[in-house]
Amino acid sequence: MAEATIEQDNKLTSKDFSSSQEVKWCPGCGDYSILKQVQTVFPNLGIPRENFVFISGIGCSSRFTYYMDTYGMHSIHGRAAAIASGVKAANPDLSVWIISGDGDALSIGGNHFIHLMRKNFNLNYLVFNNQIYSLTKGQYSPTSEKGKITKSTPYGSVEEPFNPSELALGAKASFVSRTLDRDPKHMQAILKRAHEFKGTSFVEVYQNCPVFNDEAFFAFSDKETKKEEALFLEHGKPLIFGQNDEKGIILEGLIPKIVNIKENNISLNDLWIHDEKDKTKANLISRFFDTLFEGEHFPRPFGVIYADERPVYDEEMTRQINDVNAKKGKTSLNKILSGDKTWQIA
Amino acid sequence: MHWFKFLNQQIIRLPINMNYTMEKAANMIVDNSTITKEAESIVVRFSGDSGDGMQLTGMQFTETAALLGNDLSTFPDYPSEIRAPIGTIAGVSGFQVHFGSKEIFTPGDEYDVLVAMNAAALKVDLPRLKKGGVIVANIAGFDKKNLGLAQYPAGVNPLEDGSLEDYTVHKVDITKHTKDCLSASGLGTKEIERSKNMFVLGLLFWMFDKSMNSTVKFIEEKFSKKPEIAEANIKTLNAGWDYGDNTEIFNTRYRVNPAKLPKGIYRNITGNHAAAIGLIAAAEKSGLPLFLGSYPITPATDILHELSKYKANGVKTFQAEDEIAAICSAIGASYAGNLAVTTTSGPGMALKTEALGLATMLEIPLVVINVQRGGPSTGLPTKTEQADLLMAMFSRHGEAPLPILAATSPSDCFEMVYEACRIAVEHMTPVILLSDGYIANGSEPWLFPTEDKLRPITVSFLDKPNGEEGKLLPYKRNEKLVRPWIKPGTKDLEHRIGGLEKQDETGNVSYDALNHEKMVGIRAAKIEKIADSIPLVIVDSGKEKAKLLVLGWGSTHGSIKTAVREAIAEGHDVAHVQLRYINPFPKNLAEIFKGYDKILIPEMNSGQLLQLIRAKYLVPALGLSKVQGQPFTTTELKAKIVELLK
Repeated sequence: MAEATIEQDNKLTSKDFSSSQEVKWCPGCGDYSILKQVQTVFPNLGIPRENFVFISGIGCSSRFTYYMDTYGMHSIHGRAAAIASGVKAANPDLSVWIISGDGDALSIGGNHFIHLMRKNFNLNYLVFNNQIYSLTKGQYSPTSEKGKITKSTPYGSVEEPFNPSELALGAKASFVSRTLDRDPKHMQAILKRAHEFKGTSFVEVYQNCPVFNDEAFFAFSDKETKKEEALFLEHGKPLIFGQNDEKGIILEGLIPKIVNIKENNISLNDLWIHDEKDKTKANLISRFFDTLFEGEHFPRPFGVIYADERPVYDEEMTRQINDVNAKKGKTSLNKILSGDKTWQIA
Repeated sequence: MHWFKFLNQQIIRLPINMNYTMEKAANMIVDNSTITKEAESIVVRFSGDSGDGMQLTGMQFTETAALLGNDLSTFPDYPSEIRAPIGTIAGVSGFQVHFGSKEIFTPGDEYDVLVAMNAAALKVDLPRLKKGGVIVANIAGFDKKNLGLAQYPAGVNPLEDGSLEDYTVHKVDITKHTKDCLSASGLGTKEIERSKNMFVLGLLFWMFDKSMNSTVKFIEEKFSKKPEIAEANIKTLNAGWDYGDNTEIFNTRYRVNPAKLPKGIYRNITGNHAAAIGLIAAAEKSGLPLFLGSYPITPATDILHELSKYKANGVKTFQAEDEIAAICSAIGASYAGNLAVTTTSGPGMALKTEALGLATMLEIPLVVINVQRGGPSTGLPTKTEQADLLMAMFSRHGEAPLPILAATSPSDCFEMVYEACRIAVEHMTPVILLSDGYIANGSEPWLFPTEDKLRPITVSFLDKPNGEEGKLLPYKRNEKLVRPWIKPGTKDLEHRIGGLEKQDETGNVSYDALNHEKMVGIRAAKIEKIADSIPLVIVDSGKEKAKLLVLGWGSTHGSIKTAVREAIAEGHDVAHVQLRYINPFPKNLAEIFKGYDKILIPEMNSGQLLQLIRAKYLVPALGLSKVQGQPFTTTELKAKIVELLK
């Protein structure tokens, strides 16, 4: 990113990013952790505080903006991505962060979500996914599991949920990642990666809603199940999970398979080595969600699923303007006013 | 070229009172040579199939008339289908141009000359051809198939059955002549067919004694990379001219002298083009970068097209994924300090309403141009209407008044867009500018301003805290009740804004009951105060005291002006006022009303300004509605004026 770096002597602290507004999420809400991790990471990104801009939509997540002592706009439902695009187009030097939820980003804002992925503005898009509508007090969301019992689906939802990372990849996202509220260190690392990546950095954050959808992601953070159910990805490292890291994933053709490393005496080099730039493999990894490969259940991936830089909209827009300007030069206002064909009445 | 021919021609000046209609040429013939008649104004309607190139033909004719100093007004009238089935009534595309040596304010109620490229075109447009007018008909478009497609009864051909005896009919096999002319060109049948509009254009240039230089230059530039096509078009154009010159059936030419317009340098301009230039001018004069967020929609898209050409001037155009993203991206750009604009038409306007509420709450500058079309829903996409006034006025949830401006003519789109930008940035508010299909696509000569004549636009960004003890108060207001514009990236001014109700001055979220009422009042008062910076309304035609006032708004200006002037000339006690500022209204409007016994409000809707005027001023104004997708004719307006003065 092109932002100016700050001088060492006015080093920012996490406190510098806390606004004066009282934080009003429910006790135990996963949003507190996300706020904390953002405030922890931000002072070390080397960006002057005034260059950060948060744009949020509507929902519990979107109140986030009020709690960050940066520039920010709490906008309207689903439209944060479109507003942020305008901010970034107008001033590419700003570090723009979209804060959204599963309803805001993927339901009412679904169209903007997919088009932002495609357009690839250089900004960051955090979606707090709690698989429920919370601010309206408990209706199923586009990420709620099929059969979900909520106030609006007392007999169970009949809809298939979105798999957000698969959706983002399908929409040509250049950076797709997942983290969770209960793993602060992991989230901090992902936030930093998102910031460093040039392009639209999509970060799905599994976020617990203790009131309307408690423990939805418990399996990925609980000590008992975490090692079996969560797969932590690292670029260049093999896909390994299990209580004692005894399980690995190999790829046979396009079919992923789970193998027991120790029992089968498999070399780590023979396992699937994660390559963030491999879109085909990223597509497969993103489907470790609800797809059973040959009947097998796979652990849920966390980390950077896909990251491959390509030209970003805001720079392309500026480049085109500069190119045309260099070629044609600016037309004077008087020339624009007169146009090419005039006549005089004397 | 061809100038030597004029030497043999005789010029006969028509008496002034006959200038509105063209007399039958037969009365004027002195000998067998061609005669040239002078006319004060002429209306030509080019009519053909959507694929016949009538819009281009009309525009080229217009440009030449303009360059030769005629005042003029145009009316492109085309179907919403890109290519309706060939030869059908649904596929007829018309371009009407009214040009004259006097001031012209409308494209004309009726035309003097109708070019009909096929039977359907004649069927659709014959009713508004003046009795005694001229028809130039392309015979190839009147074969059995075309007559059938135009739904003439079997065996009936209007060119042959004597039904057109009230008119001067020139039957020309334009298709055949074009083919003959290009037979050796090596071009394919399709390309040759496509050139036939140039034959028509050449013939019309001959009829109206107009130089073809501008069109020749246009063709050369347009086809600079396809010289064989350029050559074919120019050849056909010349063939059309020569046909008029050499064929005895065309024994009359008409000359419309340059108009006596105010001195200065003119150009021809459409409303959409003028709007685009207005935006660029406002950006330059305010020193702000220009950002347009837009989604293509008829009839507003040309503003997006035009602005997209100005990348070299730093103009940022963003074709958004939908209408909502279009306005939201503009809100984002405005927040970041750009002069931000979104352009649309009715259906898009409906989609933008929630975001307009946000912009109202944020109190940031935003220009929204609504080029109105027939509604509701998809309505009449290519036809004109003024039916979005009440939507502009009220279509936000909650109470969210906004300034509303309306352009009165193609060139006035420049001025009113410029004004919309000025008001938006100087008063920190979204502004809605209403244009419509009629003036957006129509054109007229424009005595354009130079840069130094444009009203300054004052912009300032807050650069340090504005409260006590270094505190920032984002919603602290100046004497105009305007809050400061604060750009992200400005040190020490970090703050949050949003759609939730704000505490006065601090801008912090507030649910306090009395604060909300206060803020609703402040936002409304802020808009009311704009009345201090807009011009007072003046009487356009007529006196400040009369029996009847005709009050119009927006694009009806030309029609009303013409009708009222004619009525005054006939001795009627009537005056005309045209509104360009609708919210707030000019401060002297109530005072103006006192000068008249009756007020008539003609609108291309069912009476929307009428409601606003009655509600605010408690005057018993009368309405005159037309909701046909077509502008008012002078005749319609004058009939109503005369009726009310009986």
